Amino acid sequence: MSIAAAIGDTIEDEPKPPPPSTNKGRKFTAYLLMLPGMLWLAIFFVIPLVALFMTSLQTPVPGGEVGQFQQTFSFSNYAETLTDDTYYIPLIRSFIYSGIATILALLIGYPLAYAIAFKGGKYRNLLLVMVIAPFFVSFILRTIAWRQILADEGPVVAVLRVIGVVGETGGIYPSAFAVIMGLTYNFLPFMTLPIYASLERVDPKLIEASGDLYAKPMTGFFKVTFPLSLPGVVAGTLLTFIPAAGDYVNAALLGRPSNTMIGNRIEYTFLSVNDYPTAAVLSFILMATILIMVLIYIRRVGTEDLV
Amino acid sequence: MTEKHPDPRIEALRQAMSRRNFLAAVGATGAAAGLAACGTGGTSTSGSGSSPAASGDSKTITWANWTLYLDYDKESKTYPTLERFEKESGYTVEYREDIEDNVQFNGKVAPQLANGQNIGYDLVTPTDWLAAEWIRKGYAAEIDAANVPNKKNILTALADVPFDPGRQYSLTWQSGFAGLAWNKEKVPNGLKTLDDLWAPELSGKVVVLSEMRDTIGLIMLSQGVDISQPFTTEQFNAALDVLQQQVDSGQIKQVKGNSYKEDLINEQAWAAIGWSGDIFQINAENGDKWGFALPETGGTLWSDNLLIPSTAANKAGAEALMNFYYDPKNAAEVAAYVNYVCPVKGAKEEMEKIDPKLAASEWIFPTDATLDNAYVFRPLTPEEQTEFSDSFGRVIQG
Repeated sequence: MSIAAAIGDTIEDEPKPPPPSTNKGRKFTAYLLMLPGMLWLAIFFVIPLVALFMTSLQTPVPGGEVGQFQQTFSFSNYAETLTDDTYYIPLIRSFIYSGIATILALLIGYPLAYAIAFKGGKYRNLLLVMVIAPFFVSFILRTIAWRQILADEGPVVAVLRVIGVVGETGGIYPSAFAVIMGLTYNFLPFMTLPIYASLERVDPKLIEASGDLYAKPMTGFFKVTFPLSLPGVVAGTLLTFIPAAGDYVNAALLGRPSNTMIGNRIEYTFLSVNDYPTAAVLSFILMATILIMVLIYIRRVGTEDLV
Repeated sequence: MTEKHPDPRIEALRQAMSRRNFLAAVGATGAAAGLAACGTGGTSTSGSGSSPAASGDSKTITWANWTLYLDYDKESKTYPTLERFEKESGYTVEYREDIEDNVQFNGKVAPQLANGQNIGYDLVTPTDWLAAEWIRKGYAAEIDAANVPNKKNILTALADVPFDPGRQYSLTWQSGFAGLAWNKEKVPNGLKTLDDLWAPELSGKVVVLSEMRDTIGLIMLSQGVDISQPFTTEQFNAALDVLQQQVDSGQIKQVKGNSYKEDLINEQAWAAIGWSGDIFQINAENGDKWGFALPETGGTLWSDNLLIPSTAANKAGAEALMNFYYDPKNAAEVAAYVNYVCPVKGAKEEMEKIDPKLAASEWIFPTDATLDNAYVFRPLTPEEQTEFSDSFGRVIQG
């Protein structure tokens, strides 16, 4: 249970206000304790973010070498990038793919977490380890393995051909299906574990009480269990959706050119075209869009009342 | 610009298997390289302090090369030819497999070269386009022909490349072809022209390289454009249109870097635009299943080049090393191990003593007819490089 508890703690616990200080020394200690974290954030988050933003406003040096740019505070970079279909189409596609993957992960992850939390019994820890076990193998290797499984000559397609789902020459990889499946698979533990952590804390007496009050099991689930697990659901969907939207490994390994996601475009623009400003603009747009979507989502779900 | 694997461990594995990795792309190490390219200065890689003395004084030569790109004896864990060189010349060679991809390597050392600082290498092995860039920017030292008499052994086809006429700054290390590869069972008649790739029976079974110069180069050649001579943006775009059309129609299933080999092996793809050395290797490992040919309209020829950085501490030593590997006997020993095109005249005769089968290989010792049919993609201006790679990206990342 320790794993789950740890996850639950990091996700759910609001930073607690420091205990009321009795003297100035204590207050000073609190700041001192925060210092390493703050420094870390400043050096590895704030400064790079500012550098990225500055880069996004640069323009090429006229007649310069590949990858030579100067600071011109060209805010039009943003408008130009946003109106270019080679960038906004993969951006929209990324949100569609990661959205579908998040929903699928929720549909698969919730029952899984529920089963482990309430029906796992003495096997709970073993089951949890099994959820995490894939992480012992590199993310990339696992995704490459899917290529073999989904390949035209692989077992899945062979079965699908027999039952007539795909034609004699048809296949399921590379495709949008394969990319979304890869995203769902790779982020499933991020969905399952926070939900498990929430469910595991639900007091069974509350569920019993709902039964005592003549709620059918289904009603009890939707009125009691599910609302109590909402913080886990919110954490799980965020932990799945945010990295999935920026993911480029699945699209690169399981997709076709027409399944390109925004992460792939950023990578290509940065490393192959050496167009650093456009890559920076795309990174910022991706970050901003995710931030806005997450804020709206959290508002809608309104978790603060539920915690 | 071959897609580089996002996981450095896989990438290392892949390089170990491919002996060669092009320009690269994806992932953490790549991104780090890109970031390094943005900054100036930076720390020099280890070894820079090895010999700060004036050139000629040092007895150590530091050489940066790609992985598995020099004959290696697994049992003694040594490089036999290199050992011999050390014995004969009295120099000590620090051989480093430090080049993982051109962009990354360039990003690491170019800022220091620009500042005239020693980068810690006396000899480096960049691919044509990067060699061209360094020569243009004055980062390469001119070779003293008197110190490299074997320079005359370079293959005629490689003696006068556009970026270095007369080979004043560089010498080819190894070369390879991009051409057509096919599964001999699935495509019994083989492929002769590029248009054969677009046959209806190969629909969805074609994979092409994400290396722009090779894929677009082959298409341009099929359209009658000589890619080694000046061509226009319109001609480039005409080739790009063909690629777009074939990607959109699903004829080309994927556009890939080194991993296209995997598609050939598991028969996900039956035909490909691929590299000669790779096909040689997968044939050796999986039974002689694949054919390789340059299209009748021509294939591309790329090379990695030995180059002495302008700030090298031991230029004379690097020249001695170049001279050593341009001796046909030594070149043949390397070729017997790496299986790429050997750039040295006379090495074929030496190879016959080592392994007659390899000596007969068209892809290690190409005939004049083959070389006549292979073209080196001309150097691009910075504007073209940016524009072309951008348009190429728009097609391969719909």
